[in-house]
Formats: sequence, structure tokens, C-alpha cells
Amino acid sequence: MSIDAVDRAIVAATQAGLPLVPRPYHAVAAQLGLPAAEVMRRIERMLSDGVIRRIGAVPNHYALGYRANGMSVWDVPDAKVQLLGRKIGALDFVSHCYHRPRLLPDWPYNLFAMVHGRSREQVEAKVAEIARLLGEDDRGHAVLYSTRILKKTGLRIVA
Amino acid sequence: MNAPERRKAISRVAPQEISSSDDATGAVLDAVDRAIVNRLQGGFPVSERPYAEVAARLGLTEKELLARLERLLAEGVLSRFGPMYHAERLGGALTLAAMRVPPERFEAVAAAVNAFPEAAHNYAREHAFNMWFVLATETPERIGEVIREIEQATGCRVYNLPKLEEFYVGLRFEA
Repeated sequence: MSIDAVDRAIVAATQAGLPLVPRPYHAVAAQLGLPAAEVMRRIERMLSDGVIRRIGAVPNHYALGYRANGMSVWDVPDAKVQLLGRKIGALDFVSHCYHRPRLLPDWPYNLFAMVHGRSREQVEAKVAEIARLLGEDDRGHAVLYSTRILKKTGLRIVA
Repeated sequence: MNAPERRKAISRVAPQEISSSDDATGAVLDAVDRAIVNRLQGGFPVSERPYAEVAARLGLTEKELLARLERLLAEGVLSRFGPMYHAERLGGALTLAAMRVPPERFEAVAAAVNAFPEAAHNYAREHAFNMWFVLATETPERIGEVIREIEQATGCRVYNLPKLEEFYVGLRFEA
């Protein structure tokens, strides 16, 4: 899997979004001076290579009423983090799940799971479900609620 | 709506206060809007007339779907519509970073962090670690440089928490 200059041009032309016109890939192709079939073929290839995760709508969860946004962080045994991460990631209310480093002594948590709800009570109930699932492997956890969006721009990966 | 207009629409809704006690949702969505949000979070076709294909599945015309998407973007219900790229597979890098910012310096530090174009998202959170931001850079080397620059600009230690493994990244928000 590799990305060439033409792929990068396609990424740069679409990272803010796909044009809202009847033939969006043709519009991107015209902008880049490429045949539409080539643009579509390259996008298909980037999808199958995982360079594009998916194509579609990115909802703003606050606008949908998911006002409680809890980043739950867990201290679990390193030897089991992969097994437990897969289990937690499979829960339908977890939108992101990652293994991240501990930075001792200040930061003891190595498993992150984003939990969203319409209220903090909903988030607390979901966090309790994760804690039950982890059992004794939950050696400590915290939930960090967001209180303000300080900045939110789409990722600008390619200049 | 072209890309610059869409970016403007997004920046209009941020920075944003989040009130957990406020039950009202920010936008009023009808059944068609909900169907669009729920069924278009992935799987958009790569074809000559993709909007027409999706519209047919939803029982809409192409024109209606385009108008709805334009409105949902303008209202901030959708923050984007299009391909979601995997930063690392494009040669770039992402990390999550946290800081413990003294409350009296919070606004100044937020402004200093936000001034970095590499800072993509930045959230205030209720915790001793009260500022959390995502850095997105064109190269992996640049992450360390930006972190040092932010530490110099703010006087706060930046805790770098890159993902070591990803177990799930998806969106399952139901409108």
C-alpha cells in the first residue's frame, strides 16, 4: 500500500468534504484535471487499503442531543489490555477505544473508551457496565467529561 | 455549498459551550433527517451518481437529498460529509495530548494551543488534566517538535498519549 502524488491531490481536494453536486467524483476530477474513472478507481483502492476508513456523514453528536461526553480511562493489566480492549471496543455504546501509554506517576490509565450519552446518568450507567465487564482487571478508572469545545477543525492531513 | 463556505459553517459553531443540564437538542430533525444521519454514516457509493443511488434507497429524489445534506451541514448537525481518511496510512501522525493547566491561565493557554495549526481538536475536561487536544501532523517527527513548541509557548508540561493500539473507531450515533 502506498500513496502517490495523485492520491494526495485527491485527499487534499476531499478532506473538507465531498462536493454536494449530482456527480461529486466528476467534480473532483474536473478540479484536478483527471479522468473521473481514475478518481473513482483510486478512491476505491484507498477504501480497500484502509487509507479511507469510510465515506459518509460525520454527525456532530452534541447537535444530536448527546450532551454528555465521557472519556472513560482505565488502569488494566498490560498483559490483558488487548483482550480487554477488544471486549470494550465491541460494546455498541463505545465510539472509540484505544490502548495508550501510562505516564507514571501522574497518569496510571492505559485503556481509553469514549462513552456518549444524553445525560451524565446515562454515561455513568454505561461506565458501570464496562466496570462489571472488567471485574478485577479494573484496577482504577476515571471519567473525564468534556465541558467545552475549545477548538474543532476537521483534520487537515495533507496541505 | 463549496468547501470554504462549509468550513465557515463549521467554525461558526465552535467554540461551543456544552451544557449537560440542557435537555434540548441543538437541532430539530424530522424523520427524513434522522434516516439520513443514521443510514449515511458509511457505505456511500463510489459511482457516477452516488447521491441519486442513496436517495432512491431513502425514498427521496437526488435534489431533496442534496438540499437536506446542505442544510444538515449548515446547521452543524453533520460536521462533515465525505471520505474519512486514516491519518497514519497517509504518512501523517496523530496523537492525543493532555495538560494540567492552572485555572487562572486556562483561557490564555487554550488560545496558545489553538494557535497551532496542528491542534485539530481541543476540549476542556473536568479533571486535574483539564485540557485535552489532538495533534495531527504531516510527519511523525513533527509531533515531538510541536509538543516542545507548545510547552515553550505555555509553560505547561504536555503529556503525550499516542494510541498504541486501536480496538474500535466508529460512529454509532443515532439521531
